[in-house]
Amino acid sequence: MRVNLTVNGVAMQADDVWEGESLLYVLRERLALPGSKNACEQGECGSCSVYLDGEVVCACLVAAGQAQGRSVRTVEGLADGERLDPVQQAFLDAGAVQCGFCTPGLIVMVHDLLQRNPQPSDPEIREALAGNLCRCTGYEKILDAVRQAAEVKAT
Amino acid sequence: MTSPTATETVTTTGVGGSPQRPDGVRKVRGEFAYASDLWMDGMIWGATLRSPHPFARIRSIDVSQALAVAGVHAVLTADDVPGENRYGLELADQPVLADDTVRYQGEPVALIAADHPEIARQAAKRVRVNYDVWEPVTDARAALGRPTWNMLHDTAAPATKISRQSAHLHPKGNLVRHLKLRKGDPEPTADVVVVGEYEVGMQDQAFLGPESGLAVPAADGGVDLFVATQWLHADQRQMCSALRLPPEKVRLTLSGVGGAFGGREDLSMHVHASLLALHTGKPVKMVYNREESFFGHVHRHPASMRFEHGADRDGRLAYVKAEIYLDGGAYASSTPAVVGNAGTMGIGPYDVDNVAVDAWGVYTNNPPCGAMRGFGSVQAAFAHEAQMDKLAAELGMDPVELRCRNAMREGSTAPTGQLIDSPAPVEELLRRVQALPMPVDRSGELDLRAMPGGVSNTTHGEGVVRGVGYAVAYKNVGFSEGFDDFSTARVRLEIVGGEPVATVHTAAAEVGQGLETVEQQIARTELGVERVVVQAKDTQVGSAGSSSASRQTYVTGGAVKAACEAVRASLFVLVTGPTDLRLEGGQVVSASEGVVSSLAELLGDEIIEDTVQWRHRPTFPVDPDTGQGVAHVQWAFSAHRAVVDVDTELGLVKVVELACVQDVGKALNPPAVVGQIQGGTAQGMGLALMEEIVVADGKIRNPSFTDYLIPTILDMPPMQIEVLEYADPHAPYGLRGVGEPPTISSGPAVVAAIRAATGLPLTRVPVRPEHLTGM
Repeated sequence: MRVNLTVNGVAMQADDVWEGESLLYVLRERLALPGSKNACEQGECGSCSVYLDGEVVCACLVAAGQAQGRSVRTVEGLADGERLDPVQQAFLDAGAVQCGFCTPGLIVMVHDLLQRNPQPSDPEIREALAGNLCRCTGYEKILDAVRQAAEVKAT
Repeated sequence: MTSPTATETVTTTGVGGSPQRPDGVRKVRGEFAYASDLWMDGMIWGATLRSPHPFARIRSIDVSQALAVAGVHAVLTADDVPGENRYGLELADQPVLADDTVRYQGEPVALIAADHPEIARQAAKRVRVNYDVWEPVTDARAALGRPTWNMLHDTAAPATKISRQSAHLHPKGNLVRHLKLRKGDPEPTADVVVVGEYEVGMQDQAFLGPESGLAVPAADGGVDLFVATQWLHADQRQMCSALRLPPEKVRLTLSGVGGAFGGREDLSMHVHASLLALHTGKPVKMVYNREESFFGHVHRHPASMRFEHGADRDGRLAYVKAEIYLDGGAYASSTPAVVGNAGTMGIGPYDVDNVAVDAWGVYTNNPPCGAMRGFGSVQAAFAHEAQMDKLAAELGMDPVELRCRNAMREGSTAPTGQLIDSPAPVEELLRRVQALPMPVDRSGELDLRAMPGGVSNTTHGEGVVRGVGYAVAYKNVGFSEGFDDFSTARVRLEIVGGEPVATVHTAAAEVGQGLETVEQQIARTELGVERVVVQAKDTQVGSAGSSSASRQTYVTGGAVKAACEAVRASLFVLVTGPTDLRLEGGQVVSASEGVVSSLAELLGDEIIEDTVQWRHRPTFPVDPDTGQGVAHVQWAFSAHRAVVDVDTELGLVKVVELACVQDVGKALNPPAVVGQIQGGTAQGMGLALMEEIVVADGKIRNPSFTDYLIPTILDMPPMQIEVLEYADPHAPYGLRGVGEPPTISSGPAVVAAIRAATGLPLTRVPVRPEHLTGM
């Protein structure tokens, strides 16, 4: 089948999509946007988090056909040209990136969290990110990054 | 004469600084190419058919129906392996594709290449394999023909039917290695004796980036493989043997690696994708999904252990005896070295005159086990630290005080008889971690999120008890027991656009730990330049050894330092006059005469390049009868304190805080060091509380992140980390390996805290709710 969708503000078309493919597969393998990651492909790890019409979803749990006519924003669409989004910059500055496989999903999730709650408390950060697994950092520097990003966005 | 420079210029991004990681921007933008992101025109997909049985004979394989599926390019079996159909890190005992026998559930049997990954998976289901299914060998002691332990009493359980439980899996039997260590008096006595039996479950590395790679057939009949791995050259050696190709035709390049933790030390899809690529003449990509990943790499050895500690009334250890059984599963992988670690360091960082340890690594039909962060020391630490607490209770002594009285220190003799010849601040780590401020007690405020069970609203504080526990651990750094452990670095210095640029080329795998950052820092410090390029990691330069054993900053860092020194020496030959030279801020500086020349002026168009193979001090095999010998090159130490709240009615645990003090010798990159300690601590806590591959009758019951749980941000508590820097005079910059010790000491501290809260003996990890409620 053919799927038409808008990704990061650009109208895109994927052809020869098999009905069983996920939005994640279409992004990664058909639209050359592999930033969203394939760590579990069953909605447990959050590393494929993307915005679908403004709501954060696991792209692996969305069938490709469900994205027809809709708008997707991925980690590749957060920076303003060369200028990183404050969340991306904070992850770098805080040392929250090691292997980085969880990073794209976490950055999308934190981007969404700070839009909804610009000054989250630590327990609120933890609840919001409970669906994003990281195996390298023990999460301490991810918490640092969220606090830093909130601070930068507030000024 | 030029005037001496007024002040020394400190390069903040050199050794000891905190520069940003070179791959950082690409990683936060989603533009960093991991192995599973690779793509090439005309590329097809590979899939693996795996055995559903843990132990069976293959009577026949019929691939005709699979080959007939539209879009399928090839179906390969053992007959298509051109070279040796046996590989392995230490012993070549594992088939690339099963020939007559499968020895574990998930063993690769056939390969399929197709236009789409789903077509390949569906075609795999059409390969008809006719098996004779056998009863699997599933217990490490039974595999050696020994009766299983009765965990309730200190006596052997009566032998049941011998059956096939001790059937030989491999021609030489089921024993992979027995390490026998004897030090001091063989029949020591003591005032107080405590005995305990302990079990550790099978842990998974659970790196997030699945096993992946892209194999590209080359015009010369060879193959180029882009892959996520820990040790390119060990992969290359094993691939050459299986593919029957010379090293120059098997070229590997490291792609982005999404974590490793030991699980990428063995081959996974390397030979498989290469076989398919060579067979079809097309680039072949293979990406495991999460379920396949649980079958596609080795795990941490489960262990059953029996320890006996004897001490005098003052708490001075008179002796330690230990028996440690490590279930290696179907193939050897790195089991011999894991046994070596568990045996030589199995009693923990304590100074004890009389030691008797036996460690066995055993073949069974369980999933193969090999390297995982902490490597043999993790398992033993749960036992030796539980024993220290048990002994402290028996003596009525503070558990930290008991540990301090027996702490290993510089000048101590290890159980192997080896002199500890660099700082070993075990006592100081314990005293410091004990002295760190305790977390604020918030039990007066009701916040469900701080309760065991969280927002599930399972308690408002009733039935909740707090406990505090301590543990200390140590780990060898680098490869031990006489292994020729080296790394290779090529460093080039040249002027580009009027500026000096250093280029560093090694084959050392960047797996997320930040090695590329450290390579740059070393080159900046040694060559006094700001611009440092780290080349792609590949087999076009000599081996760097593995990114494992907490060794890469030490060994590849040492190689980069040595190559920079060689480049510097060649450069200084160009200087006429002063000999007391150093490089700083892009200039050649003489201690007596100040700035001699800029690098740009001195070098001009000349390029200086040197390649150095660098080794740490040699180690030696241990004596086969006594385990005595200079087995290790360096040790790294850490201590943890855990504070937990336990809901004793539901058996739920909330870790309130983890504190860690670790000696790193010299922190080359302080934030990265802290990141290693935080991440390592999390993995240790995971094993203590939740992580276990559940294996029943040789079959994995929970191969998914739905059922195999790793700590989330809700599970992890705040951590206090203190880093000490007692230089090891034998190591580059005085550094110590960092990555593994925190994984070893955090888990035992958590279990000690739960014991303190509940009074339960808790002899098995992970500790599960039913262990706490007695159900």
